[in-house]
Amino acid sequence: MPQARTTHPSHATERAARPQAAAPRPPTPRRAPRGARLRRGLTPWLFLAVPLALLITFTYAPVANMLAYSFTDWDGVSPELHYTGTDNYVEIFTRPELFRVFLVSGYYLAASAVQIALALYFATILSFDVRFRNLFKGVLFFPYLINGVAIGFVFLYFFQDGGTLDSVLALFGHEPDRAWLGTETSANVSLAGVSVWRYLGLNFVLFLGAIQSIPGELYEAAELDGASRWHRFRYIIAPGIRPVLSLSVILSISGSLSVFEIPYIMTGGATGTETFVIQTVKLAFQFNKTGLASAAAVVLLLIILAVTWLQRRLVPDDRVDLV
Amino acid sequence: MTTPTPVLRRRVARSLTYLSLVGASAVVLLPLLVVLLTSLKTEREMAAGDGALTLPDNFLNLENYVTAFRDGEMLAAFGNTAFILFFAITGTVLIGSMAAYAIDRFTFRFRKLVVALFLVATLVPGVTTQVATFQIVDSFGMFDTLWAPIALYMGTDIVSIYIFLQFVRAIPVSLDEAARLDGANAFTIYRRIILPLLKPAIATVVIVKGITVYNDFYIPFLYLPSDDRGVISTSLFRFKGPFGAHWETISAGAVLVILPTLIAFLLLQRFIYNGFMRGATK
Repeated sequence: MPQARTTHPSHATERAARPQAAAPRPPTPRRAPRGARLRRGLTPWLFLAVPLALLITFTYAPVANMLAYSFTDWDGVSPELHYTGTDNYVEIFTRPELFRVFLVSGYYLAASAVQIALALYFATILSFDVRFRNLFKGVLFFPYLINGVAIGFVFLYFFQDGGTLDSVLALFGHEPDRAWLGTETSANVSLAGVSVWRYLGLNFVLFLGAIQSIPGELYEAAELDGASRWHRFRYIIAPGIRPVLSLSVILSISGSLSVFEIPYIMTGGATGTETFVIQTVKLAFQFNKTGLASAAAVVLLLIILAVTWLQRRLVPDDRVDLV
Repeated sequence: MTTPTPVLRRRVARSLTYLSLVGASAVVLLPLLVVLLTSLKTEREMAAGDGALTLPDNFLNLENYVTAFRDGEMLAAFGNTAFILFFAITGTVLIGSMAAYAIDRFTFRFRKLVVALFLVATLVPGVTTQVATFQIVDSFGMFDTLWAPIALYMGTDIVSIYIFLQFVRAIPVSLDEAARLDGANAFTIYRRIILPLLKPAIATVVIVKGITVYNDFYIPFLYLPSDDRGVISTSLFRFKGPFGAHWETISAGAVLVILPTLIAFLLLQRFIYNGFMRGATK
């Protein structure tokens, strides 16, 4: 809220309201003195100095360094490093155990598809008239706000022997004797499930916002024409949320490739749940293979950039850009 | 199935809708409620092994919370997190609003390039670059100090700049011009006109940034290995070792961490929805 009244002597709008103010203005020189012009040119840079310095230091310099390290065998500590050409990249794509982590992303990608479908379903039904709407909205969104480590522990207890899940299944007379995080497939499906539980809320709120920004008269017209709920979804809602949907797909793909928190906290990457980022972190900070880890990070960065570029090409954004 | 009457069909559809909503809410809430119940049980109750869904004998048994808070060094963790939150958020607000002001209100050479630099940076996921960022942070001597996460949270937050940019654009330029006629310089305009009018944007950024920083695990995990420099996330993560199988203590720790978020969410719901929506759709 802007302040309604200020007793500031030079209250701007008051002056502006009387354009022929009697303030004697100094005769304008033909050209501003050099110093003034220089100062005016410098002003924006004074405001940009710190933001740009931080941007370059913590985003662009690391990317440049990372590229440089990726062609070496540097261990991150010793003063000597050797230029090894593209050896690191060859290693990533040829050593099966290094390449396997990409397959783990597949579980999370599949989970993302489920997540988007569920989010779309709940956003649609909650955009119609439903009782306790805000309560359901809050319940579905809240997991997104919870600390990742807390979520990790909540679900470690959920999946453990005799934990939440087993107890619920026992209620239904089903007594499975299995370690949910014990085999590779089961563990990865469980962890991907936790991801859905955690991130569904964000997708859902984004879709809900997009649906609610569709003009109401469209619905009224559809109702007059006797369109069924399915038709309303198909011809009004679906086109209206296409931009948000494609954004969600992008976020899901890059998210699936850069999963770290949940598997690291819950299993530490054991039983075949190691993701690309866990592996990179281990290479860099446990095995001191900065060169190899950098190459891995460059590969991931390139994949994410490619996916983003593809999305921009396939779904042209009709929003006005920044400038 | 025979074709049911429209009324019946609508009623069935309605019930199914509610059923799916109640089911989803159960899936969301059950794991959390069980952890809350577990945190109230004594060690003996846990050992009896009656399963996860039983109620605790005494709902006011807060002993596990005391253990978690004291032995888990949660007080230091909350202190460190508060310190980081204060500086990171203040920095983000100042940096984001300054950058937005400069980009929106001035025409200068290389302006397009500057905008492009900020734009491209949004595409670079921080997760990938930490391998090299680590070396830079280390060379500044910031490794294992609270300034490392503060600098990183401030320096890599492009989303906040976007949020500020949207709001700065909505402030009429005539206000700046009027102030300039009154002899105000660019800095005075920023401080006296732009910043006060940015209050809603600042509220949004503070909330979104606050929750993001409070929940972050990756950066403190990499840069703050010392025990006495734990933040909320890393201190809770360390419960894994000493409390190994003491689920009642671990649960209490998790509840302690979740509670502030829950309170913030209940108080600031509307801001939080809008903030995260703006942040994601940029």
